[in-house]
Amino acid sequence: MSTTTEVKPKSMWSGGFSPFNISWGKMFMWFFLVSDAFTFSSLLVAYGTMRHRFTDIWPAPGDVFTHFPFIHGHVPLAYVGLMTFILIMSSVTMVLAVDAGHQRNNKSVAMWLGLTIIGGFIFLGSQAWEWYHFIKGSKEGTYVLADGRFARTDDYEPGKLFLWHNHQKTVIEGAEAEKLKASAVKNIKGANLIENEYGNTPLFANFFFFITGFHGFHVFSGVVINIIIFFNVLGGVYQRRGHYEQVEKVGLYWHFVDLVWVFVFTFFYLV
Amino acid sequence: MEVKNTVTAEHVHHVDHHDDEHHHESFWTKYIFSQDHKMIAKQYLTLAIVMAFIGMFMSIIFRLQLGFPDTKFGFLESVLGKWGKGGKLDPGFYLALVTIHGTIMVFFVLTAGLSGTFSNLLIPFQVGARDMASGFLNMLSFWFFFLSSVVMLWSVFIETGPAAGGWTVYPPLSALPQAMPGSGFGMTLWLLSMAFFIVQSLMGGINYIVTVLNLRTKGMAMSRLPLTIWAFLITAILGLLTFPVLLAAVLLLVFDRSFGTSFYLSDIFIGGVPLPQTGGSPILYEHLFWFLGHPEVYIVLLPALGLTSEIISTMSRKPIFGYKAMVGSLCAIAFLSCIVWGHHMFVTGMNPFLGTVFTITTLMVAIPSAVKVFNYLATLWRANIQFSPAMCFAIGLVSLFISGGLTGIILGDSALDINVHDTYFVVAHFHVVMGAVATFGMLAGVYHWFPRMFGRMMNKTLGYVHFWFTIISVYGVFFPMHFVGLAGVPRRYYANSAYEGFDYFLSVNQLITVFAIIGGIAQFIFLFNFIYSAFKGKKATQNPWNSTTIEWTSPVGPGIHGNWAGPTPTVYRWPYDYSKPGAEKDFIPQTVPFSETKSSNLPGEE
Repeated sequence: MSTTTEVKPKSMWSGGFSPFNISWGKMFMWFFLVSDAFTFSSLLVAYGTMRHRFTDIWPAPGDVFTHFPFIHGHVPLAYVGLMTFILIMSSVTMVLAVDAGHQRNNKSVAMWLGLTIIGGFIFLGSQAWEWYHFIKGSKEGTYVLADGRFARTDDYEPGKLFLWHNHQKTVIEGAEAEKLKASAVKNIKGANLIENEYGNTPLFANFFFFITGFHGFHVFSGVVINIIIFFNVLGGVYQRRGHYEQVEKVGLYWHFVDLVWVFVFTFFYLV
Repeated sequence: MEVKNTVTAEHVHHVDHHDDEHHHESFWTKYIFSQDHKMIAKQYLTLAIVMAFIGMFMSIIFRLQLGFPDTKFGFLESVLGKWGKGGKLDPGFYLALVTIHGTIMVFFVLTAGLSGTFSNLLIPFQVGARDMASGFLNMLSFWFFFLSSVVMLWSVFIETGPAAGGWTVYPPLSALPQAMPGSGFGMTLWLLSMAFFIVQSLMGGINYIVTVLNLRTKGMAMSRLPLTIWAFLITAILGLLTFPVLLAAVLLLVFDRSFGTSFYLSDIFIGGVPLPQTGGSPILYEHLFWFLGHPEVYIVLLPALGLTSEIISTMSRKPIFGYKAMVGSLCAIAFLSCIVWGHHMFVTGMNPFLGTVFTITTLMVAIPSAVKVFNYLATLWRANIQFSPAMCFAIGLVSLFISGGLTGIILGDSALDINVHDTYFVVAHFHVVMGAVATFGMLAGVYHWFPRMFGRMMNKTLGYVHFWFTIISVYGVFFPMHFVGLAGVPRRYYANSAYEGFDYFLSVNQLITVFAIIGGIAQFIFLFNFIYSAFKGKKATQNPWNSTTIEWTSPVGPGIHGNWAGPTPTVYRWPYDYSKPGAEKDFIPQTVPFSETKSSNLPGEE
C-alpha cells in the first residue's frame, strides 16, 4: 500500500492520481450537479421566454403571493422570503455538519445534520402552504370579461375590481364594478394547470407549479437522503469508516438545491 | 504531500480491493448482473445488435412500400397482422415504422450501442484502470438501457401502435393523444422509454468522465491518452450537458399530454372543439429538443471518429498525423455543436438574422471536421497500410464522412436549406454523415477489438465480403436519394404516387430499395461471423494488431476481473510510436520506457 507514495508526481494530471485530489464519489456528485443545473437552466430559460412573450398580461408576483400565516391583510413576498431564509440557514447548518465531520465529531455531525433535516421539512411544509393558498385563491375570484381581460378581486377590499395591464392596475368601484361583474363571461377561483385567477395566461401557473414542484421534488429527495445519512451517523457508520465523505457528498447536493432555489426565487418572485 | 499521500493510499486501496474479490461468481453475477466493464460492454453490444437488426428490418419494410407502392407482399400480413392487411402496409403504421426506426437507430444503436460498448470496453483498458469508477452504477446504467429498450419494443405491440409523430416527436401532434392513434399510448411509452434512456446516459456518462479523469494509471497523462479515450471523454461531457435539456423538454411534454398544461399548445381545435390550452409554443419544444438533438449527432459521431483514429494509425503503422490537432478538433466540434441547433429550424419563422448567425456557426463546424479528414488522409499518405476488415471500415468511414460532410454545407446554409427542407435530400445527408459513418465506426471497432472482447479472431474473408456489400449498398441507397430530394420529393410520405411529377422517381426508389435489401442481407454475414467467431473463431494472440496501447497487455481471452493480474501497467510514452526511426520493431508499446529504446529516442526523450 505504501508503494505508490515514493515518487512525487510532476503534475496532478500525469496519471496515478486524482487530478483534483478528490475521490471518484465526490466527482460523481459534481458532474451530476452540472447535469442537473442544465435541466433547471433550460426550464428557467423556457419560463423566461414565455414570460417575455406575455409581459403585458403576466401577473406581478407581489400581487399574487401576499399571504402570511396568522396575519390579516397583505404582506407581499414576506413568507417566501422567510422560506428562502430558512433554506439558506439549512445550508449553513449543513456546512457546520460537514465541518464537524472533518473534526470527526460524531455527535456534532448528528446535531447539525438533524437541524438541516428540520430546515428542509420546514421549507417543504412552507411550500405546501404556499401552494395551498395559490390553488385556493381569493374568495370571490376573478371575473373574465367578454373582451378577455381579467377583473381581479381582493379579499380585503370587497366591492372593488382591479384591471391589470403591464403591471399597472386600474381600480373600478361601485355600480360600474357591479355592471362589469354581471357582464363577465366566467368566474375563476384559484389556480390549476388549465386556468388561474392571477393572470390571463395559463402559463403563469403552469410554470409556477412545474418549476417549484420540480425543485420541491429535489428538496424532498435531499431530505430523504439526509435522513438516511443521519441514521448512518447515529449508527456510527462513518466513525468506524474514519471519514465523513458521505456527509460531504449530500452536503454538495443540498447546497446545489439551495442555490437553485435562489434562482427560482429571483425569477419567479423578485423580477 | 501529506494530503496527496492519503488520496493515493485511498486510490490504491480502492484498486487493491478488486484483487481480493476472487470469490465464486455465479451465472447471475457473471453474465447478467455483472459489474465488470468487459461484460457490460458485451451486454451493450449484444443488445445494440439486436436493436440494430430490428431497426433495419423496419427500414426494409417501409423501403418496400416506397419502392413498390402498388405491389402486395403476402408476408407483410403474417408479420404485421392488421397493419399489413392484404399485403399492404397500413399508412399509419408506415409513420410509426419511420418513427421507431429513427428512434432505435439514433438512440439505442448509435448512442447507447456505440458509446456503451466501446467506452465501457476501452476506457478502463486504455487508461489502465481495474474497472469503471463505479461498477454498480455501470451495471445499473445497462439495466436502464435494457428497460428503456423493452418499453420501446413493447410500444410496437400495443393495440394503437407505437409513436408515429417522427423521431423528433414535435408537439402539438405528439402532445394530443386524441390527434391520431400514434399519439396515444404508444407516445406515452415512447416518452417513458426516453426518460429511462436519459437516466442510463447520465449514469454511464458520469462514469466515463470520472474514470478517465481519476483512474488513469501511473504515467498516463492526458497528453498520452489514445484518441479513442479523448473522443469518449468529450462525447460523455457533451451528453452530460445536453441530455438534461431533453429531459426538461420531455417532462414538459408529458405535462401537456397528461395534465392539461399549455407549455407547447395554443389555439387548437380538434373536431371543431377548441382546446382550453392557450399561450404555449411548439417552437419552444423545438428549441429545447434540438439543443440536445444537434449535439446528439456528435454524441453519435465522435466515438466513431475516435475508434477510427486509433485503427487508422495502427493499421497504417504510422503515428497519427497531428495528435494535438485531433484533440483540439474534437473539442471544437463539441463546442460548436452546442450553438448550431437553429439550423434545424430555419423554416419555423425564425428571424432571418438569427438564421444567418446559425448558418455561420454551422459552417464553422466544417473547419474542425476538415482538420480531422486531413489528418486521416495524412496518416494514410504513403503508409504501409494493413487492410484488415477494421481498416476497410475505417477508410470507408473517412470516405462517407467526406461525402456526407459536403451536403452538410448545403443544408447548413439557410438560403439553400429552405429549398430542400424536409425532402429526401435531408434524409440522405444525415444517413450518410451520421448513420453510416457511426455504423462504420462501430463495425470497425467490433472487428478491431473483437479479440480483446472474446479472445478470438473474426473471420477475415467474411469481413471483407461484409465490407464490400455494405459500402456499395450504403452508397447505392443514399447517393441516388440526394437527387430524389433535390427534385423536391418530401420525406415521411406514405406514397408519392399521388403526385404525377414524382412518378419519374419511382424507378430510382426501386433501385434504392433493392440496394437496401442487399445491404440488409449483408449484415447477416456479419451476424454469422460475430456469433461463430465468438465461440469457434481462431484463438487470438496477445497483441494481434501489434498495437502500442495497453489494453493488449492484459491477459488474452475473456480477461480477468481487475484486468491485470499484477499491478496496473505504468505508461512511459504516447500511444502512437509506430515505425519510429531507429526502433527495433515498427511499434513501441506505451509500457516501454525511453531508457530501453535509446536508439530511437528523439531529442528531449530521456
